[in-house]
Amino acid sequence: MASVTDEELKQMTQEERVTALGMRTEALTGKSLYVEFDPDAEERFTYPWAPDVDFNKRTELDTDKMTTTEVNSSIRELMREGYGTIVLKNPRGKHSLGVGILSRLNLIIEGSTGYFGVGLIDGPNVRISGRVGWSCAENMMSGTVVIEKNAGSTFGAAIRGGDLVCKGSVGSRTGIDMKGGTIIVGGDTGALSGFMMQRGRMVVCGNAGKNLGDSMYDGTIFVGGEIKSLGVDAVTAELTDLDKAWLTRKLKQYGLLPDKGVDHFTKVVAGKQLWNYDNLEPNEKKLIL
Amino acid sequence: MCGIAGLIHKGKSSSVGSEMTAMLQALKHRGPDSTGYAVYGQPTEGDYIMRLMVAEAEDMHKGRGIHKIIEDRIKAVEDVLVEHDVRIKDRQAPTEYSLRYVLSGGGDMAEMAAHIEEAEGVEILSMGNGLELIKDLGDATVVSEQYGLNSFQGTHAIGHTRMATESDVDIKSAHPYWAFPYNDVSVVHNGQITNYWIMRREMERKGHRFMSNCDSELLAVYTAHNLASGMTLEESLRKSIDEIDGVFTYLVATKDQLGMAKDTMAAKPLVLYESDDLIAMASEEVAIRAILPEEIDTYDPYDEEVRVWQA
Repeated sequence: MASVTDEELKQMTQEERVTALGMRTEALTGKSLYVEFDPDAEERFTYPWAPDVDFNKRTELDTDKMTTTEVNSSIRELMREGYGTIVLKNPRGKHSLGVGILSRLNLIIEGSTGYFGVGLIDGPNVRISGRVGWSCAENMMSGTVVIEKNAGSTFGAAIRGGDLVCKGSVGSRTGIDMKGGTIIVGGDTGALSGFMMQRGRMVVCGNAGKNLGDSMYDGTIFVGGEIKSLGVDAVTAELTDLDKAWLTRKLKQYGLLPDKGVDHFTKVVAGKQLWNYDNLEPNEKKLIL
Repeated sequence: MCGIAGLIHKGKSSSVGSEMTAMLQALKHRGPDSTGYAVYGQPTEGDYIMRLMVAEAEDMHKGRGIHKIIEDRIKAVEDVLVEHDVRIKDRQAPTEYSLRYVLSGGGDMAEMAAHIEEAEGVEILSMGNGLELIKDLGDATVVSEQYGLNSFQGTHAIGHTRMATESDVDIKSAHPYWAFPYNDVSVVHNGQITNYWIMRREMERKGHRFMSNCDSELLAVYTAHNLASGMTLEESLRKSIDEIDGVFTYLVATKDQLGMAKDTMAAKPLVLYESDDLIAMASEEVAIRAILPEEIDTYDPYDEEVRVWQA
């Protein structure tokens, strides 16, 4: 398929955009708790209880002497007061900062966070100027998270939607069990990235460690550098024009588009021999793997 | 889950005792049962330091008889020192059940160490020119206070906060482990070694002794064996990735080096900070931030990664 221009995308309905961008299989991208929303509503971006925040109303929070619980409680309190842009200063590696934010918010973290930062979020735009520890944005549903430096292991574990971007390198098992959304890594990723991936897209601009995409059910992984080895049932596939258009758009959006473009990326998908895609008996499966 | 930490200053001494205390206290939530340090001071030519325990902390609650037992054990230790023509230059007792000796003279240190440990209830925690190994029950501030570690000056240190999963809550199962009888080598570990008994039997057949049933002790013995066989620290660390099964990240310190190794799955965490004059690493970044509050760049070493730094 020929590439789609931004202008054309703007004119399309959401349904048409999904089709045009080849995201047919990514129904879980974005808000997925439809029970909370009217599926026919023109726009469904907030939970009924979400505070009405003003992005232009900004405040700063010095977290140096605060506990994680105090920081997270303060964020909620500030959101109830209508603050739409909250800056956390001096996080100094604290764990579980900014978790469970289920509505629109600009959260800016000046520094680095520890484990499970901004997990279980559904909607906020998060910018982190430092590094993040293990399991950043675990179970993220929607929104964007952009990290300027490196990230630890299990980056974006089980995410269902949104864009999760690390401009540096990440640890092992990136996107383990991911069920939707997009993970973008500017540098390298470690072993077993995309392990048991079920949906969504992962883009690694650098190298990938061993057993990439091991036991993946579905979804797509793009790697710009070298792949140490593919995992069980992960196979390479043709990089289509649609893939290139999508990669170019996404990487450009986050300032990660390589000078040489995206033609050199390798596409990895599920071979679908391992999972129950057919009626083969277990013994027969072993023969073909 | 346990927490490990290490730091090494290049070409200078620093307050590694208080720095390691700050790092380990930040990791307290990973292991509240015991805390241990291997700190490396300025090596003294001709002298060496021996740290040992003559009872477990919990033994002190077993009645008045323990005080006499401890006296007898200390006498047995010092009789062995005399037998081996070792001069006691200084003796301190931070607690009733642990001692620090500054020694000089003597011959075969391995033989002497083995004779000392023949006394029931006596375990040498460390011996070496620079190494001092301290471990006890409680968190870092408790242990540091008890053993006066905040004033300790040195080049490097490793430490451990332990959550007991595979063996008892006692001092002998706490980390770090000294690589008996190899001077100045110590190990801390986070993980589980699944071929522990196979490897332990192999090491015992080669004449090495084990003082606990903690799988982490194997790494110390294994490292000691490799170094005694002529391997460099880096070679030993690389070999361990092939020969040791399980999930692990461990740190090894020698008189002037600090090394790390991560298993093939990279399942146990380590965050690393490197600058021109300081390298710091820990299970969690929050520990590194405890000594470096300013904004820094850190990263996670990958699977099978081995690194060694020189003091």
